This record gives sequence, structure tokens and C-alpha cells, in this order.
Amino acid sequence: MNIIETSHMSYDYIKYDEEGNAAGRTRAIRDVSLSVKPGQFIAILGHNGSGKSTLAKHINALLVPTEGTVVVDGKNTSDAANVWDVRQCAGMVFQNPDNQIIGQVVEEDVGFGPENMGVPTEEIWQRVEESLKAVGMYAYRKYSPNKLSGGQKQRVSIAGVLAMHPKCIVLDEPTAMLDPNGRKDVIRAARALNQVEGITILLITHYMEEVIYADTVLVMDGGEVVMQGTPREIFSQVERLKELRLDVPQVTLLAYELKKSGLPLPDGILTADELAAELKKVGPAR
Amino acid sequence: MALQLEHVSYIYGADTTLSVRALDDICLTIPDGQFIGLIGHTGSGKSTLVQHLNGLIAPTAGVVSYNGRNIWEKGYPRKELRSQVGLVFQYPEHQLFEVDVFSDVCFGPKNLGLPEAEVHARAQRALELVGISEEYYKQSPFELSGGQKRRVAIAGVLAMQPKILVLDEPTAGLDPRGRDEILGQIALLKKETRISVVLVSHSMEDVANYVERIVVMNQGRILYDDAPAAVFSHVKELEEVGLAAPQVTYILHRLAQEGFDVDGRATTITEARDTILRAVRKKQV
Repeated sequence: MNIIETSHMSYDYIKYDEEGNAAGRTRAIRDVSLSVKPGQFIAILGHNGSGKSTLAKHINALLVPTEGTVVVDGKNTSDAANVWDVRQCAGMVFQNPDNQIIGQVVEEDVGFGPENMGVPTEEIWQRVEESLKAVGMYAYRKYSPNKLSGGQKQRVSIAGVLAMHPKCIVLDEPTAMLDPNGRKDVIRAARALNQVEGITILLITHYMEEVIYADTVLVMDGGEVVMQGTPREIFSQVERLKELRLDVPQVTLLAYELKKSGLPLPDGILTADELAAELKKVGPAR
Repeated sequence: MALQLEHVSYIYGADTTLSVRALDDICLTIPDGQFIGLIGHTGSGKSTLVQHLNGLIAPTAGVVSYNGRNIWEKGYPRKELRSQVGLVFQYPEHQLFEVDVFSDVCFGPKNLGLPEAEVHARAQRALELVGISEEYYKQSPFELSGGQKRRVAIAGVLAMQPKILVLDEPTAGLDPRGRDEILGQIALLKKETRISVVLVSHSMEDVANYVERIVVMNQGRILYDDAPAAVFSHVKELEEVGLAAPQVTYILHRLAQEGFDVDGRATTITEARDTILRAVRKKQV
């Protein structure tokens, strides 16, 4: 069974005038049909305003589709009775860690979710411990969150979601505000959860380097999914991505520039090792 | 004509038991017409430093002077200084508040007490500089896209016609094209008006591509202050302080390990392409 299944979903933002009457409609998502298998790592790219975040908010029923359906772990999100189950199954991490941390102490913050779910006290502490260990923040459990760096705060946010034992975590630009080290740590934590715990990950980002390990990359434009494929398939299309206001990883761009200068290199090189191997194959000048 | 910091230190909560030394003996000169990158991990003192540049906070020790005059001496017109040194904070679009784009950009110069014609002329010029066309002037700033909002917010500071423009992570959260557009416009602005720009950034690629001088902060001190190629040759040291070199530098180091005769000092795609082409063609001869 697919963990996330959307069928012809569309979503309209409705603008209201001063009397509260609907004055205008903006279609933010157009006819998106997706299926995500448990344990997949999905990356979503798209320019500002392409509909990525609106799509993400449908996965845990913060929004429900205007048309079509979204089914998460077998539950239709449009049915209000399913909302709590859906949110427990699919957790969300947002861009700004300061907007998501509420506890005075790291471990209390992480325990907030399971406590609200009515998990017995004993088990809450067990979950807090496991979650903080999974993101490498256990040593900081007694710290005040405002003494942490951005990357550390963001990993605490992930632990808070993890403590609710979700099957799926949606990360909406989790690294946009972080320095290079913080960015690396957050992405490493997300990959570990995916590979070790088998948690399904949906990662929204503007950093092309962060998606090269994804199973599938979706590219959105104008509320539609316009490209879908493996990182290599997607990043082979440099010109198309630029048209969509996007980019490719630096090594891919470098290989593309070398190819344009006459070196016989394949499209979609994703790592420095691949580039080195391909450059070695380049024979004598013709 | 320059902004100068001499042996500046700043201690948060100096008279309490929890005092923290955020800046430690900083010496820095910002001359006219330079594009400077300021990098450092979270908590390295970048923001504290930036707030000294236009007198938002006063140093605990040391002197900040603008055009040779100590900005903290009695009677110094600091209000004027703040129009000369424009600060664009992170997520400046959160500070938009007016009913339409044009009024929002007019707010700063209006507060300087300039005549209305001058205010309008400056606002128009500032919006042109950031690439916001007239069709948006009467729109609510809240209905624009993320990148447009940010450009309007930057125009609000430009309308003050600063001599030094300080931008704290102007591209955070923008898509790659939005990022290139904003940085490209700032570079063009710098070229056209000869103002100085200080770019605070977490993106080593952006810094490598645009600036001519990099200042690296660590634990409240200046670790390096040099040209990009020189700064990024200290890869190990940068990593130790939570930073990195641009990705192309790593790619070139990898190629050098594999026996390619490439110049590891390249920091941009164009430089990297040229040194690789040279290395490959040399091998082919």
C-alpha cells in the first residue's frame, strides 16, 4: 500500500473582501496525482510560489484539497474524523526553528508531542531519549533551546516530530536559515531516519546538492508536477531547470560547462568522484 | 571616505555575571566602492559586528569612526549616519507595512524630512534599481511573491541613498533564480553608484561569485580578511570553524588527488572549468 496517494488533487486559495465574501480565487495546486511508497526519500523542487509548500501542507491535513483526494496511510484527509490519525502518521518540520520550539528545556520540547497524544509518562521519556539519540542531540537534552545553534534547533524540531512515531516526515525548507555545518547535520539526520528507521521523507529545498541522494525528485511549476525522475534524470536537464528558475548541483553545472567546451562527458554527473572517473576516460584530442 | 573600526570589543551583559564577549579586538576598514563578504558560523559575532556599523550598538571598548569622526563622540549626528549606512536585516519583507509598494519605499526618505518631489524621485530610482516596474507601485506589498517582497524591502533602504549597504543574508529562502537576480542587481548597483556593499552570507558559492574581499569571523575575532581565493585556500581551517570552501574547490581537490594537474585555488565555476580544460588538454598533448 502507498503511504501517500493523491488523486487529481487541486487547491484554491480564496481571497475574501471586507464583508467576508469570496472575492477571488487562486489555484495553487492543479491536478496533482502522486503515489509515495513507504520508506521512499522524495525531494520536491520548485521556484518560490510554485506550490511546494501548499502541497506539503496537504500531507498532514493542514490543508485539504478543493478537488480530488489525498489519502495518507489509508486515511482520506478530507474526512475531519481522520485529521489526528493523519497528523500522527505524517509529521512536519518548517523553515524557521524558532517558530516550532516551545519547551524551556530540549527534552521537554521533544516530549510535548507524545504527551499531547496521551502516551504514558514512562514511555514519553523513552521516546524522548530515542528521538534525541536518532538526531544526535541527546547530549543537549538538558539545554535551553535558545542556547543552541540553528542546525541544532532544527534537529530538536525533527526529534519532536520523531517522538510522535510518524511513518512519514515532511521537511519544508529545513535548512534555509542554517550555516553550512548546520545544513549538513540536518540533511544527515534526515537521511539516517530514512535509511535506518525506514521513515518516508519528503524534503522541500532550494539547495540542489541536498537532493542528489533522493529516490525520486519532483519539480513543481504553477501548481503542477512538471518533472519527475531520479536525481540523475532530473539534473541532466540543465536548460529546462534554468527555465523553471532552478539550478543543478555545482558539480553537475561544472560538467555541463566542460561538455559545452568540447569535452565528451555524459549528462547528469552528480559527484566529484563521477567527474574524476569520466575525465579519466577522456581520450587524446581529436 | 571610509568606515573604520579600531580595536572594537563588545560584551553582552558586561555588568552581570553572565557576560559574553561577542566581539574581541576587531580592526576593520570599509573603503568606498568595495564588495565585501562577511562569513562566519551562527554565533560567530557577524550580527553584532553589523550592528556596530551604523551605530545601533556602541562598542564596549575601541572606536568606530565614519570619515574620520568618532560616531560616539558627543553631538555626532547618528541619525544621519543611519541614512549613510543602510542595513537590510534578514527577512526584510517582514518589515513591510504600508498599503502599497510605492508608499512603503517612500517611508524612509520621507522621515529624513525631504521635500515630496525628492522623496518620490528617490523611491522611483530605488525601485528601478531592484527591478520592480511601475505596474507594481500601487499594489499591496503583501500580494507580491517572496522574491519581489524582498526586493521592495531592499528598495526601502536604497531610497535613503546610503553610501554603504549592509545586507544580512538577502537570499535566504529564495529560489536559485531569485537568488541570482538579487545578487546580480546588487553587483550592478555597486558598479553604477560606487557604494560599498557588505554581504553577510552562509553560501560560500554566492560569496565566491560576487565579492572582492572576504572577512571571516570566528568567536568574535576576525580570522581572515583577504581576497576570496586566498581565504578559500584555508579549507581545513574554515571547516574547523563551521564553514566550508565553495563546492568547486572541493571538486578540484578531488581531481588533484586523482592525478589531474588542476589549480585548487579556483572558487567559481568558470575558473574551475578553465583549469580543468587546461589540465585535460595538457594530458592530451
